[in-house]
Amino acid sequence: MTKKQKNTLIRILITAVLLVILAIVEETGASGKIAGEEGFGTYILLGLYLIPYILIGHDIIRKAFKGIIHGQVLDENFLMAVATVGSMVLGEYREGVMVMLLYQIGELFQSYAVGKSRRNIASLMDIRPDRANLVITEDGVEKTVTVSPEEVEKDSILVVKPGEKIPIDGMVIEGDSTIDTSSLTGESVPRTIHAGDEVISGTINQNGLIRIRTTKPFGESTVTKILELVENAGSQKSRSENFITRFARVYTPAVCILALVIAIVPPVCNMIRGAAPSFGDYVYRALTFLVISCPCAMVISIPLGFFAGIGGASKAGILVKGSNYIETLSKLDTVIFDKTGTLTKGVFEVVSIHRQKMSDQQLLKYAAYAESYSTHPISRSIVGAYALDIDRSLVTDVEEISGRGVGAVVSGSRIYAGNEKLMNDIGLECPKCHDGGTIVHIAIDGEYAGHIHISDVIKESSAGAIRSLHDMGVKRTIMLTGDAEEVAKSVSYDIGMTDYRAELLPQDKVSAAEEIIKGENGKGKVAFVGDGINDAPVLTRADVGIAMGALGSDAAIEAADVVIMDDDPLGVAKAMRIGKKCMRITYENIYFAIGIKVAVLILSAFGLTNMWLAIFADVGVMILAVLNAIRTLHVD
Amino acid sequence: MKKTYGIEVDCANCANKMEEAARKTTGVKDCSVNFMALKMNVEFEDGADEKAVMKEVLKNCKKVEDDCEIFI
Repeated sequence: MTKKQKNTLIRILITAVLLVILAIVEETGASGKIAGEEGFGTYILLGLYLIPYILIGHDIIRKAFKGIIHGQVLDENFLMAVATVGSMVLGEYREGVMVMLLYQIGELFQSYAVGKSRRNIASLMDIRPDRANLVITEDGVEKTVTVSPEEVEKDSILVVKPGEKIPIDGMVIEGDSTIDTSSLTGESVPRTIHAGDEVISGTINQNGLIRIRTTKPFGESTVTKILELVENAGSQKSRSENFITRFARVYTPAVCILALVIAIVPPVCNMIRGAAPSFGDYVYRALTFLVISCPCAMVISIPLGFFAGIGGASKAGILVKGSNYIETLSKLDTVIFDKTGTLTKGVFEVVSIHRQKMSDQQLLKYAAYAESYSTHPISRSIVGAYALDIDRSLVTDVEEISGRGVGAVVSGSRIYAGNEKLMNDIGLECPKCHDGGTIVHIAIDGEYAGHIHISDVIKESSAGAIRSLHDMGVKRTIMLTGDAEEVAKSVSYDIGMTDYRAELLPQDKVSAAEEIIKGENGKGKVAFVGDGINDAPVLTRADVGIAMGALGSDAAIEAADVVIMDDDPLGVAKAMRIGKKCMRITYENIYFAIGIKVAVLILSAFGLTNMWLAIFADVGVMILAVLNAIRTLHVD
Repeated sequence: MKKTYGIEVDCANCANKMEEAARKTTGVKDCSVNFMALKMNVEFEDGADEKAVMKEVLKNCKKVEDDCEIFI
């Protein structure tokens, strides 16, 4: 609790005690003796009640005056001041103090709850490194000095001790350790690092002393980019927030006008009819209106709900750039996926070997030896699949045939490994392979020996992610890829997507995505999920651009609206689930708060309620709405 | 020119009020207040004197929300 909150709490307690004493004094008739003297007694009673009233309400009254001076009429302080002063004038002293007391209790609770959840959310994003151990050489002696990360230049050497945050993006030059990336990705399994590995700022070095060479200044490091993103998240507001702001602007004046009407019209009508005007009764009803006219419950709970939603999402490694995207995420109708790197791992692997005479292992061995000098991803995948050590002295006369494959002499045999064109060049016919993917044909001494089927591997969670998106009401999931028709078809079928667009060049992806977005006619919301490489234009074009595996990719962090830090496609489903939960809670709060307020307004218009109940409803709705909003912080 | 300032404010609505007040201040091109991080991002007009503008911003914010602070 802050000092201010403690102060308020003490005032609330003292006021409550004073109020109880005064009520006892009044009810037991002790006041009767004082009040016995007509007129004078009520002033004493008023004086006694003014003590707790001023104690609990002085700041509200002061703020109300200041507000009027600065042209802020109709803010909640002004309304509270008018309602309570009005009820004191009507002779309802106890009620005046009570309303102020309950209002303060509500305010205290709200500021406590909001402050607590705010700190909660802020601590989730506590990734800013506060120091760096810079290695400097002075008079030929090496030593480390502690400096602030901003002062470290590119290509400096830093020492990161166990338990410290890595302050700046860099490369490990010495030492082995494991790093905890959970604060950035939500991924709890630590990553092992060795010399030569890239490390990202904001992650925590767990157990070994490492030295890193910085590859960027602090201002361009991942941690700075992420913090900038999170700290600017508030500026893009959702439609519900804008609705509440507009509603608040209209609601309070409207209720105040109604209050004025109730205070004047019925008594005047009574007078015309010749009955008693009963001004007091109607003014009291009007004051009750003022009590309920504060839209606090909504103006506080709705932004809080979005804040908590964005905070909860960042804990799960999903950064959302504004509450408007939370809203859009909840209404997704179509999700477009870029294939490579999002649904698939983006690494090639040998999936099957179709041989003629020799064994699988032997065919793979020849292929691996022939490809051993090549750095092409496909060659690497074959060498990787072979897994055994390669004796390169057995490989001679290596030739790389661009756009075809490789040729080499391995243990005296002439080997060719490559595509169909290469086989045709050396006068061989290839059997058709019905599997999708990339095929490497192998010829040994002029004879066709078989082929190896290589494919980009689908991520384990892709199918699950697509399924849960459909479960949540997404109608279409479309895959965009540069791959051949058959590959696209089989992948999209395997993971349960509704559609695909194949054989797209990078620039075609934008037009394909645009066509899909246009087809929706602005009705359904379209998300595009990409890995941020080459697809920045599409990321910005879609209603929500989601970048995946974006850790360390500045372009993706900048272009996307939602950034998923790890590369698990389930993050897309999770982001949508967070959006849905956030919006459900927001609507609950809007309907609940407006519903209760309207009900109390109707009741008090007919004189069926009193000011106590009104303030109780007002504060109660606010507390419940705030508690409800905080629920969005928890993501399952 | 963009700058970020720490702020102190109690409620989300008050933060919105501050944002609006700051935006209306002369010399401020745009402003966004992040209640979650208690940060105010101010984009100044070209050639504006930041310190003087921020003083005005604070004054205007105090008008709409008495209980606020900007750490300039």
